[in-house]
This record gives sequence, structure tokens and C-alpha cells, in this order.
Amino acid sequence: MAAVQETVDKVKSVDVDAYKYGFVTDIESDMAPKGLNEDIVRFISAKKDEPEWMTQWRLDAYKRWLTMQEPVWARVNYPKIDFQDLYYYAAPKRTPGPKSLDEVDPELLRTYEKLGIPLREREILAGVEGAAERRVAVDAVFDSVSVATTFKAELAKAGVIFCPISEALQTHPELVRKYLGTVVPVTDNYYATLNSAVFSDGSFVYIPPGVRCPMELSTYFRINEKNTGQFERTLIIADKGSYVSYLEGCTAPKRDENQLHAAVVELIALEDAEIKYSTVQNWYPGDSEGKGGIYNFVTKRGDCRGDRSKISWTQVETGSAITWKYPSCILRGEGSRGEFYSIAISNGHQQVDSGTKMLHLGKNTSSRIISKGIAAGHSDNTYRGQVFAHRKASGARNFTNCDSLLIGQTCGAHTVPYIESRNASAVFEHEATTSKISDDQLFYCMQRGLSGEEATALIVNGFVRDVLQQLPMEFAVEAQKLIAVSLEGSVG
Amino acid sequence: MTPRPPAIRTKAETALAESFEQNRATMPGGDALRGQRARAFDVFHERGLPHRRIEAWHYTDLRNLMREAYPITQGAPAAAPASGLRIIIRDGVCTLPTGAPPAGLKLTTLRDALAGASDALIHALFPDQGADDAMVAFNAAMARDGVLIEIAPGAVIDEVIELDVTASGDAPHGDISRSLVLVGEGARASILESHAAPPKVQRNSAMIFAVGAGASLAHVFETCADSPELHVSTLIADVGKDARFESFAFVSAGEVLRRQGFVRGSGEGAKIALRGVNLLKAKQHADTTLVVDHAVPHGESRELFKTILDGEASCVFQGKVVVRPHAQKTDGGMKSQAILLSDDAAMYNKPELEIFADDVVCGHGATVGQLDADQIFYLMARGLPRAQAEGMIIEGFAREALEFVGNEAIRERLGAGLADWLARRAS
Repeated sequence: MAAVQETVDKVKSVDVDAYKYGFVTDIESDMAPKGLNEDIVRFISAKKDEPEWMTQWRLDAYKRWLTMQEPVWARVNYPKIDFQDLYYYAAPKRTPGPKSLDEVDPELLRTYEKLGIPLREREILAGVEGAAERRVAVDAVFDSVSVATTFKAELAKAGVIFCPISEALQTHPELVRKYLGTVVPVTDNYYATLNSAVFSDGSFVYIPPGVRCPMELSTYFRINEKNTGQFERTLIIADKGSYVSYLEGCTAPKRDENQLHAAVVELIALEDAEIKYSTVQNWYPGDSEGKGGIYNFVTKRGDCRGDRSKISWTQVETGSAITWKYPSCILRGEGSRGEFYSIAISNGHQQVDSGTKMLHLGKNTSSRIISKGIAAGHSDNTYRGQVFAHRKASGARNFTNCDSLLIGQTCGAHTVPYIESRNASAVFEHEATTSKISDDQLFYCMQRGLSGEEATALIVNGFVRDVLQQLPMEFAVEAQKLIAVSLEGSVG
Repeated sequence: MTPRPPAIRTKAETALAESFEQNRATMPGGDALRGQRARAFDVFHERGLPHRRIEAWHYTDLRNLMREAYPITQGAPAAAPASGLRIIIRDGVCTLPTGAPPAGLKLTTLRDALAGASDALIHALFPDQGADDAMVAFNAAMARDGVLIEIAPGAVIDEVIELDVTASGDAPHGDISRSLVLVGEGARASILESHAAPPKVQRNSAMIFAVGAGASLAHVFETCADSPELHVSTLIADVGKDARFESFAFVSAGEVLRRQGFVRGSGEGAKIALRGVNLLKAKQHADTTLVVDHAVPHGESRELFKTILDGEASCVFQGKVVVRPHAQKTDGGMKSQAILLSDDAAMYNKPELEIFADDVVCGHGATVGQLDADQIFYLMARGLPRAQAEGMIIEGFAREALEFVGNEAIRERLGAGLADWLARRAS
């Protein structure tokens, strides 16, 4: 109940379109010239000192990208993006690769402090206080490069590799080469192909067989520069019998023009491994007139490659002007399991087209989809998901529940599920509802002394509870606050 | 999404285009109608046969399924049925019953109605719903005949109006028809639309309903034992204030059947119910694609489809419920359930919601699975052989939808069809 009170306070304290992460950090940047061509691709590759095969990989992707067309099937509208009017590389000016936090620009550290992300590894004292404290290793990505990764030593002790992908290309090229592009192939879709050509950084995680990662891993993405696109690439490999929980958060300054974010995330779970991937997406959503904001065109896919492996996606989507994102699971291994929990909240002029794909290929695979969409203001919120059973996927099982809540008369909520079964023993269940906050519920709460806003916050929190419960503790609190901020002004 | 025009015209597309050119001079109707047809043909010509890149046709790739377009023929009118309220449309030509229709009911062949068609009639016959669908457009461009059924305000027609759409001869050919049903305010009627054909027939049929305020219309669509090889059937309905429109489809025959419905509740309190049973086996493919559009407040819609798939059959259910801004208090419920009896069968469900009003209650459910092993065990434990146990469960499953057919005689007839299908499966 305390959290609910917090939500209510938040609703009261913040103005209508206050996005608290909208500040700009004044920091010198090293930028590639505007536009995209083969030279830029080579430039990025050279900056990262990449091996020859990687440069070629990027160039092949770029050539492929030139032949592709932007996807238009999503329920989102935006002016055509001029891909030549973007910077594809921006890095805080510094000596290449900070060795320790002391070398990181203090301005940058302040940015992360403002965002509430502790980059300094806190000394944890043995005993009373420390035992209860949960630790999170953070990889901070600022514009195009990773600026700091914490708790490296301790992770290394457990055999866990957690580093920027540019570093992994130097230190573990064989792992990167073996897995990169195997879940989201270079040719997958327009934005993934673009990402393959120009991705600048991102996180790389490898959990060795049988290891339970000793702490939560986390990446914070921040777009700072003007007119830049952010293209990060995350690759997580959980080897046999391992477990990892990974958190991702993102923010950007307020700007009048739209900025492009086209990331690719690849997860690979081998036999008996489990990956839990949580996202709190809070890119700048644009102002109340719909001006500015991030275009979030992201390809996220997990491959349950081994038997009995499990991948779970949890997302809280509150930011971005446009979201185009479908975290998916390829359930290849026998008895593997995919999960997708999502809260998507849209307000103002935001457009969300998000959902998941559960592709059942192996025997006795199971999946579960819980999606909660909340639309307010002038926004459009679409759930688009696919559940597919291959002919050989005997015993496949899926349960899908997608609920939408509308607040106000000028928003839209849409549900577009594709349920495709080619196997008789596959059992798929799908249910969806759309409704508004019931007057009876509001009346009941208000009768007990809550104001209209408090009552709405309470009911919305209840509506999304199934998903919030799936989030790691740190994120759950943050997500709950976000929900209140995103909906404020919509409660009348 | 604007569909891209086909780069290369298929043989079938060329043949269909040619048949329009050959027929355009002899089509019934005046200039206004000619203009209407030309515009409709342009829509078809621009889009070509629908293919899997067209979202609404994703699972029924007509470009691929219709390799060859059979010549579209006009036969001689069939002999007039002597008894009953039975209209025959054979090879696209309508024949009315000889007996006088009951009071309040007026039947006219469309070719006669078109000869002196008023603008209002043309408007009713070519509504904007579904007009941008290539196959609806082709039907609009090419239909010469069909039946115009007019039910006077307040009239109650107890007898079922039967519409037999059939074809003759063994030569491969195509037939096209379009019929219009105008239901006056407060009137009540029911229509049974049956489709039959020799093996080599491609059919494109359209039924258009305008249901006046407070009126009630029940429509049943059924396939007969011999049905067209390829059939695109379109249903367009506009449902007025406090009116009720119910349509039930019983599909058990035909190789490829695409049923598409565009139903709009345009008056407050309109009630729409679309239901059906699909019984498919061998290589049959049946597609039900619906758009239910709630344009005004207090509308209600219910969809319920039950599908049984055996052999290598495939079935598609795409249902979209649209609630427009201001269509508050809409109550929409959609359900599609399928049982797969064979490993080679496939079911594709796509129930969509598109909602722009906040004070609504809309939901959909879709399930796919096989027969419940517990239920079979329960029945077999009581001494029933497996085949009979399965049959009993399937029958119960299908009857949940069948119960909604209001007319007892039709319900029994469809029930017999179900029993017959099950008996043939068991043998």
C-alpha cells in the first residue's frame, strides 16, 4: 500500500508534461560526420579497432540495408525518416576506453547521479547492513559508447563476462563471432539490418555452464547528443544450466526533433539455462503537443536453444514517441519455456505498437503472455502478437491474456493477435478485454475517502499488478513511479 | 497500408480483366451504373488478385489459389420453382418463384431492377463497406443479376425466404451474383442462402443487407454437398437503430471458401450476431474474415465460431471489432474455438480489437486444441467405443453454436448435416 501512496504523491507533485530526465549534459563529443555511407561504417569499425571479419560483417549488412524498405505494417504514423540527416556515431570525448571510474568525465558521472544510477561500487561491509543490500552491476552506455561497467572483478571471479560488446570483440572474439547474428540475422528486418551495419556499442554477457550470476546485471542507455541515432547491440549467452537476470533502462533529453533508437538484443539460452530480461523504457516521449520524442524501433529476440531452457521478457513501456518493439522467443529446445510480461502506457501523442512472438518449434514447449495496455490522452496503444506452433511442436502450450484500459475519449486501444496452430496437440488459449475504469470501482474507493486521482492510481496499479510482480525489486519500485507519472493529467 | 500493385499480372488476372472488357457493353443499367462499374473495376485492376502481402488475405492467397480463372458464363434462367418461397440463381441468372409472395414481400430480379435503377438503389447496392477489397470490387463490376428482396415496413414474413445459388454443366466456369435485401422499419424476416455447384465452378457472390430501424433479420448461409471449387462470398450489412441482424454460417463443403463480412451498426442500439460452424477435412480451406464496425453508441455484437479440422484442412478466422470515437457503451464479444483432429490440419486465428471510445466493454477469446483426453476417457469408461465418444464430444462442441439458429426447421436440418458429417468421418 505504501507504493500506492507514493504513486499518488507523484501524481500530485509533477506537472502535466514534466519529463524529469529531459536535461542535456554539456559534454564534449567526438562525432562522425552526418549521414550514412560505407565510409561511416568503416569509420565506426575502425574506431572500435575491430577485426577484419567484423568490418566485413557490417559492410555486408549495410549493402543489404540499401536494398530494403521500411516496414509499414505497424499501426504508427510518422514522417519519413531521413537517414542521411543523422549522426551515426557520438562518443563523449575522452581517451579511448576509461580504465576506471576516475577517468570518466565527472560531468558524465553527475548525469548518472541525476538519473539515480549508482556507478560507484559501494563498499559493502560484512555484517548487518551489507547482508540485506542487493547489488547490481551496471554497464552505462552514453550515446554510442559504454562509459563504465561496475563490479567487473567480482563477476570475473564467478566466470561471468559482462562488458561492452566492443571490448568483447577484443577479448572474446570467438564467443562474439559464434553467437552474434544467430538469433537476429543480419537480414532480419530494416532496422535490425541498419543496426548490424552501424551499431556502436552495447553489452555483452556470457554466463558459463552451471553458474548462477551472483548479482543482477544492468545497462543504462542515455541518448544525449542532438540528431544522433542510438544503435546499441546486446548479446547475452547463458550456457548450460546457468541463470542471469538482466535489467535495462533508458532515458533521453527533451528535444524538439525526433531521435532514432534502433537497438538489437539477442538472447541465447542453452540447455537448462534461464535468462530473465527486464526493461523499463523511459525514452523522452515528446511534449504534450506530440513534438519531439524518441522513435524506438527495436528488435529483441531470445532463442531457447537448449532443452528445458527458459527466457522471460518483462517490459514497462512508458516513454518514446513511437514504440515498435516485439520481444520474442524462439522455443526450439524440447520443453523450453518463453514468457512475456508487458505494461505499455501511452499518453499525449504517443504511439505504441508492441507485443511479442512465441514460436513453438520444439516438443512440449510452453509460453505465457500477459500484456496490459493503458491508453490516455491522444495516444494509440496496440498489442500485436503472434503465437505459432510448428507441425513438430507436439504438446505446445500457450496462454495469452491481453487487457487494455482506456482513459479518456481521444485515445485508442487495439489488439491484433495472430494465433497459428499447425499441430493438433498444441493447446492455445487467448483472451483479451478492453474496458475503462469501472464507475463502480471508482465510486467504491472514493466512498472510502480517496480522491478521484488516488482511486484511479490504485485501480491502475491493481490492473498491472500481474506484470509488476515479475519485475526485479529495484525496477518494480521505479516502474510503479513511472506509471503514475505517465498517467498524470489524464485523470479527470 | 497502401497495397503495392502487382508487378506482373497473372494469367487469371488477365483473364478476369478481359472478361470485364467483353461484358461491359452488354451490362444492364444506365450511365450512372456504368460509371459505378468502371470505378469498381479500376479498384480490382489496380490491386489484382489478393495475395498474402495483403493483410486481410494473409492466410488465403488467392493469387496462388486461383491459378486459372474459368470463363464467366451466363446461363438461361432455370425453370421457375412451382412451390414455396424459393429463389434460384443458376449460373448467375435469377429465377423468381411463380406463386405470389406473401404480403409485404416484393421480389424482383436484379437485372430488371437495374434497368431503371434509381440513385438510391444504386447507392444501396454498392455500399462503401468493403469497396476497396479487390474481390468485392470485381463482384461490383461484373454482377449482372441476383435478387432484390424488399420487405415492407412492419411486415412479418414467417416463411423462410430460400435463396439457392447453383450452377449447371460440367464445363469449368465462373458465376457472379449480387443480391440486395432491404428490410423496412420494424419488419421481420429470415433468409436461407444455400450454395451448390458441380465440381469445376468458381463463384463470387455478394449479399447486401440494409436493416431498417427496429427490424430484425436472420440469415443462414450453408454449403451443400457439392459446392464450388473456389468461392468468395461477401456479406455486407448496415444495421439501423434498435435493429437486429443475425447471420449463421454452416460450412462443410467446398475446396476453398472465403467468407468475408462487413457489418456496421449505424443506428444506436443495433444488435449484431455473427456465428458459425466449420467442419473441414481433406484439403479443404475455409476463411472467415469479419469486420464489425460500431459507428454509434449502445451497439452490441456477438461472434461465435466453432471449427473442427480433420485431414489436411486449414481454417482461418479473422475478426475485427471496430469501435469508433463516441460509440460509447458498446458491448462486443468475440469467440473462436477450434479442435484439430489431425496433425496435418492448421488453424489460424486473428481476433482483432480496434477501439477509440473509452466507455466500452469488448473482449475476445480464441482457443485451439485437440479433443480433451479426459472427456474421451470418461465416455469410454462408460462403454462407448472411441469413435462414438469422439463424435459425441465434437457434436456437443458444434451444437453450442448451432443452438443460436432461431428457426427450428433450419436448426434441425443443420444438426442433421453435422450428424451426417460425423457419421462419414467415423466410417
